Amino acid sequence: MKSFNLYSRGDKIFGWANAILLSLFVLSTLYPFIYVAAVSISSGAAVTAGRVTLWPVDVTLAAYEHVLSDRMFWIAYGNTFIYTFGGTFMSLLIMIPGAYALSRKRLRGRTFFNIAIAFTLWFHAGMIPFFLNMRDLGLLDSRFGIIIGFAASAFNVILLRNFFEAVPKSFEEAAKMDGASELQLLWKVFIPLSKPAIVTVALFCIVSRWNGYFWAMVLLRGEEKIPLQVYLKRVIVDLNSNDEFASSLLTAHYSFETVTSAIMIASIIPVLIIYPYAQKYFTKGILLGGVKE
Amino acid sequence: MKQTYQQRLHDLWGDVRRDWQLYLLLAPMAIWFALFLYKPMYGLVIAFQDFSIFRGIEKSPWVGFANFVELFQNDMFVRAFWNTITISGLGLIFAFPVPIILALMFNEVQNEVGRRWAQTIVYLPHFISVVIVAGIVINFLSPSIGIVNLFLKGIGLEPIYFLTQPEWFRPVFIGSSVWKESGFESIVYLAAIAGVSPTLYESARVDGASRWQMMWRITLPCILPTIVIMLIIRIGNLVEVGFEYIILLYRPSTYESADVVSTFIYRTGLQGTQYDLATAAGLFNAVIAFVLVYSANRISRRVSSTSLW
Repeated sequence: MKSFNLYSRGDKIFGWANAILLSLFVLSTLYPFIYVAAVSISSGAAVTAGRVTLWPVDVTLAAYEHVLSDRMFWIAYGNTFIYTFGGTFMSLLIMIPGAYALSRKRLRGRTFFNIAIAFTLWFHAGMIPFFLNMRDLGLLDSRFGIIIGFAASAFNVILLRNFFEAVPKSFEEAAKMDGASELQLLWKVFIPLSKPAIVTVALFCIVSRWNGYFWAMVLLRGEEKIPLQVYLKRVIVDLNSNDEFASSLLTAHYSFETVTSAIMIASIIPVLIIYPYAQKYFTKGILLGGVKE
Repeated sequence: MKQTYQQRLHDLWGDVRRDWQLYLLLAPMAIWFALFLYKPMYGLVIAFQDFSIFRGIEKSPWVGFANFVELFQNDMFVRAFWNTITISGLGLIFAFPVPIILALMFNEVQNEVGRRWAQTIVYLPHFISVVIVAGIVINFLSPSIGIVNLFLKGIGLEPIYFLTQPEWFRPVFIGSSVWKESGFESIVYLAAIAGVSPTLYESARVDGASRWQMMWRITLPCILPTIVIMLIIRIGNLVEVGFEYIILLYRPSTYESADVVSTFIYRTGLQGTQYDLATAAGLFNAVIAFVLVYSANRISRRVSSTSLW
């Protein structure tokens, strides 16, 4: 056993160098979050003077007070909740029964449907035809349009279907003996047994809904319908170049930067709350999602 | 034993009747795919029309490939196409190796708790919206108060207007994409590393190999098939760049290096209303994407069936 040079000098140096480099990477990942958080609770004057680099300076909650008293912020936040939970519910409602039906090997036409779904992974009509289709369906500027228009995706269907296919036959047969209908079978046997896959798909939906901005920006016109990310985009990206707006926000207590940072933090917090829970499932989901046709 | 056409029809009808419940469960999803993914494919025909939204598809005149001809003569489109390839190519060179290196580094950390914390942190940016990432980038690079320019001023340099200068767009875009995604992408490689047989390391240790040598001679070769597959997938997606993120970061002064096909489509089709031209651009891109992804898939299937993975 002595010949195992587990901790030779070179290995120790290697271990330390590795730890240091990795720590640097981790810190550079973390730093932007810390910076934004620090800016959001610093005074506008300190930020404008370039005095905030890591820790907050002249701590104040003025930016948050400003943001939280903005009616538009609350409307956008509420809309994001509607789209996130409405959209995720709709996704599961459509995809779980569909994926279950496709997981039954005896189903006639199964191959046709499987190929039709997998094909959308490789080819899609693109931005303009999708937009014009939404227009033809009367789903422009509609909350329902946002919820239904993005409800399913081939990737998630395949993930669910693969999981349902792996459920052992014996469970199914026992339930069939009791004369269960397909819906009962799905509800009482397959859904409980496939919880990890369903939670994974639900989390995929939640995160993509929470973070999605592009189609909401394109499809929604009414101010009262926009989600948080579109609101953020307007404030951060569109108005940033607008000096008049930026300077209108500049008071002794808060500035354009502290206000935008406060909005960013407010929109990240829910993600941080579900993140520890989500991480476990996401890593699993990524690996079991390895798309098969 | 040849079945007649009628018999087969009869059997089919029998099966459909037996499984009516399953078809009922399938129906909403089938309708959804037809309505939201397949119906728009019919809309692609406007790429071959002089389309007007008032006349609609039925009444718009056909023009053959005129839109494509116009497209290839349009300097802006040609530029957008090359920008797409260039940005993807640069991503392949500079962003692709990062998650591999990260995974190798994670694997060498022996403190289990520290490793889990580090992983938790580097996966996090993946879950943050591109709007926030763009907001952070804009903040960081602001000429007046941005941290990067404060630093440059601190060491006596002139501030750089990163976001208005075309030569800075690509480094900023790729750099921030690495920040956002490379941690999360390392998961795939970590899974591959987890599958490496421990006996390989044990026998190497008996032979007196250093950790550095084991990393190069055991870990890396063992995850090579995964690397090859990820590389092929990446090449398959060569014409897809993160346009939702580009839209947030680019501005007219950086279009020359930042404008890609998807952002071109967005501007001509959705901000402007040249639906036919934009659809032609989209179709062109989608066909190339399809060919690339399809070939990539074929190749990766061969690679993965002949390799250990």
